[in-house]
Amino acid sequence: MITVSRSHWGPGAVALFLALFLTVFLVIPVAKVIYVAFQDPNTGALTLINFIDFFNTSLFRESFVNSFYVAALSVVVASAFALPLAYFTTRFNFSGAILIQTLGVIPLIMPPFVGAVAMVLLFGQNGTINLLLDEYLGFTIPFMEGLNGVIFVESVHYFPFILINLSAALNNIDRSMEEAAQNLGASRGRLFRRIVFPLAMPGYVAGASLVFLKVFDDLGTPLLLNINNMLAPQAYLRITSIGIGDPMGYVISVILVTFSLLALWTSFLALRGKEYATVQKGGGGLMKRDLAGWEKAGCYAVVILILLLVLSPHIALTLLSFGTVWSFSPLPDAYTVQHYVDVVSTSSIYITNTLLYAGLAAGIDVVFGTAIAYVVWRTGLPGRKMLDYLAMGAVAIPGVVLGIGYLRTFYQFDVPFIDKPLASWWVIIVIALAIRRLPYALRACVAALQQVSVMLEEAAENLGATKSRTVRRVVVPLMTGGIVAGFVTSFATASVELSATIMLVSQESDAPLAYGIYEFMQSAAGRGPGAALGIIAVLIIGIATYLSHRIVNNKETERAPRQQSAAQGV
Amino acid sequence: MKRKDFLRAVSGALAALAVSALPAFAADLEGKLVIVTSYPPDTTVTIKKAFEAAHPGVEVEMLKKKTTAGIKFLQETAKNNTSDMFWASAPDAFEVLKADGLLAKYQVKVQGIPEKVGAFPINDPDGYYKGFAASGYGIMWNTRYLKAKKLPVPKTWAELADPVYFGHVGMSAPSRSGTTHLTVETILQGMGWEKGWGLMKSISGNFKTVTERSFGVPDGVNSGQFGLGIVIDFFGLSSQASGFPVDFLYPPITTLVPANIAIVKNAPHPKAAAAFIEFLLSAKGQEVLLDPKIRRLPVNPETYAKAPAGFPNPFKDKSIGAAVKFDLDKSKGRYNVVNSLFDVLVTYRLSDLQDAVKAIHDAKAKAKAKGKSNAEAAKLIAEAEALVAKMPITEEEAGKKDVNAIFKKKRKKADTKITGRQAEVEQQWDKEAKANYTKAKELAKKAAGML
Repeated sequence: MITVSRSHWGPGAVALFLALFLTVFLVIPVAKVIYVAFQDPNTGALTLINFIDFFNTSLFRESFVNSFYVAALSVVVASAFALPLAYFTTRFNFSGAILIQTLGVIPLIMPPFVGAVAMVLLFGQNGTINLLLDEYLGFTIPFMEGLNGVIFVESVHYFPFILINLSAALNNIDRSMEEAAQNLGASRGRLFRRIVFPLAMPGYVAGASLVFLKVFDDLGTPLLLNINNMLAPQAYLRITSIGIGDPMGYVISVILVTFSLLALWTSFLALRGKEYATVQKGGGGLMKRDLAGWEKAGCYAVVILILLLVLSPHIALTLLSFGTVWSFSPLPDAYTVQHYVDVVSTSSIYITNTLLYAGLAAGIDVVFGTAIAYVVWRTGLPGRKMLDYLAMGAVAIPGVVLGIGYLRTFYQFDVPFIDKPLASWWVIIVIALAIRRLPYALRACVAALQQVSVMLEEAAENLGATKSRTVRRVVVPLMTGGIVAGFVTSFATASVELSATIMLVSQESDAPLAYGIYEFMQSAAGRGPGAALGIIAVLIIGIATYLSHRIVNNKETERAPRQQSAAQGV
Repeated sequence: MKRKDFLRAVSGALAALAVSALPAFAADLEGKLVIVTSYPPDTTVTIKKAFEAAHPGVEVEMLKKKTTAGIKFLQETAKNNTSDMFWASAPDAFEVLKADGLLAKYQVKVQGIPEKVGAFPINDPDGYYKGFAASGYGIMWNTRYLKAKKLPVPKTWAELADPVYFGHVGMSAPSRSGTTHLTVETILQGMGWEKGWGLMKSISGNFKTVTERSFGVPDGVNSGQFGLGIVIDFFGLSSQASGFPVDFLYPPITTLVPANIAIVKNAPHPKAAAAFIEFLLSAKGQEVLLDPKIRRLPVNPETYAKAPAGFPNPFKDKSIGAAVKFDLDKSKGRYNVVNSLFDVLVTYRLSDLQDAVKAIHDAKAKAKAKGKSNAEAAKLIAEAEALVAKMPITEEEAGKKDVNAIFKKKRKKADTKITGRQAEVEQQWDKEAKANYTKAKELAKKAAGML
């Protein structure tokens, strides 16, 4: 018989509540989706026939191959963007390194489909670049044709995941390893191959697998580029045009989930069995060296080129938001501020909704993240690891699947007093966002908790503090940096989320920004205002992110141990 | 804001209690109106503002759904209906809802609306839905694009199949957009099933893309991503009014159909819903349709006096939309089959179709350039064209009830037996289409080799 000590009651109740929440809002909806995939559409009996249909349909096979191809190539292209930026800024004495790192994260805070609209204007077949190329050089480059466009847009949007993780990994490499290698006479090339590259691997793999997952699941970008032959759009198209009863949408969902889990597992396998932690700390980060003049010029040229490329959606969006008519010409015909005036007067509801939803979701995430981290790392509750896996598992659930699952599970369930189904109440959007971003916050909280010594807690308890008092007065305050970092990542990424919300928004007054922009982009007169709304979104999220970073940094300088940065290791 | 919602809900519940206890006092409108609509905010916001100004105290809530998604939404929520009205373009969508018994009858009080526009009755003869504007389908183009690429302006659907337009045309899919469904159905009814699909597929061979949303087409033409688009008139007219260098025309085979509005059965706010219909059909409501952001053809002939110069007037210009008499029952009977056929044969097989059509274009061009007649090559080209045009099912089959049942996903009863699954049927069609397109390409290449 397991005896549960009295001090376990508090954490036990918290763990139970968390498990219940995750079961209701993650496990059951996903299980419902999986269940329908195995049901005969006509009789309701359990069957594998839908999967046989899936693999017999050449369209679905093609979609599968296309999704895989796009995700894999996006990782390659995103790496090409991220590697030089990460390496140059951590390895060399490079003025503007902070600025470069900051600019490199900006693509993440724009909804990828907005980026798609903007990039078509710049790189499309009759976009700025190609019109100029055609006029002066007589040829064009198919940047945006078919799957190329999806790969291009996705890698620009998601490469910061690799940049953040890889920079963090490079900064954490112990300098003494490098010194040892140099003392033993290793050349620069050998040093890179045998020391820097292998030690940076965990960060790179973490970022790359995240990019793979995100691209594999993304819905908005292929839809905006009119690419149908991929898995996520097929699932969405089946469900919205044939109906919530069509089994193929669910089969596709199951396949999406399976492959996302597989990608996570592969990245886990790739790192297993190797020891990456360096024991003693001989000083953080690699030795930075100075560059020779011509080297410096070359590096800057590469960095500026990459930054121009990855910031091109923002450049195009800015032009679009100030432009009057932009049609088959390299630049807009004229400029105006009217779109901003329109948007501010009519669309403040989208902005307040977004701040409310993303704020609530990120709040839930850090509270739950802290609680889960504490339960998993500081208590001996049975099954506590399951809680961690469950919460992390959310990263592998595509937004479309979660959206479909919520519609299916909560449509029958009426909220008391509100008199409408839970699936069409705005709170469900907050819950969906919270579940989808929980893994980000959880990783940040775990990292922060691991840096708080258990001895401090023991000391507090020896002095007579209760468990809850210890958590409130000692653990949480010491974790603040990590918690804020988790909040920022969850908030910023939740603000631009579309794939789950597009299925769950049931009325305009509940719609968040990303949805509002999507709606604006559906009418001739709405492109400018939509772009203006996009720019406002980027600014607001950017400012919110910057402010919280400031808070984190202040906290960090107050206390000696450095907190790990937000998105790393998700 | 959210708290206000909550309070409103509570006070609503209290009010409901009070009303059920007392005899209702008539005349006054309800404080709320929920409209499921496929229209963009430019249209809905403008009309909502005008309506709310005319009826202060009523708050209109627009639920934006694609037409097809809107039908699904009303079907799924019928048991627990919270919507008052359905407001969209395609009359066949209303027919689907009517057949499902999801609409309520309503008698309009406003005077001055004629019986017909073009060859089409404006209101549902059974009294379930009302036309508030007319829409026709046509071709819009980007004038800068056509000038730069030196392309002529096409006047008919058939001209869009011309080789010069290869890669320059855009359209949406009927399964994604109710208006596109009407366009396809109009061509099928105007030219017949076999010929209609044949033309549809040769035009599709010239497609640059099949857009996911109906607005994707005017958007692509406006920004110049492709030069020509097959669209509903107000997309062309409102884009032009927004300043884009575009133009629009009606080809001869088009139909003017009313865009409609109906009250949903068991609407929670029936009086406000009735007031909305009356407003939309009043002189004031009809005038709002001429707003540059909306630009739809009013159904009240007198409103055209206030229209800008050059605005099409179907009540004067009898050539618009008179050629095809649109058969709604036929359209309704094969709604899902036509959607699925288009997706399988065109949307998802676009690159195979393009390759086949391109090969045929090339072979024909070569034959013309060489100027010599090669009977065998001509025969091969004709065969290739026939393969591209070939349909997996006949018109008669497409209209059959049991075929359509496969594409209806809602089982009425657990024991309803349907033979065949949609995925199974589509997979068969897809296999045939792919084989036909590949063969057609080979034949055309072979013919070109002979010349």
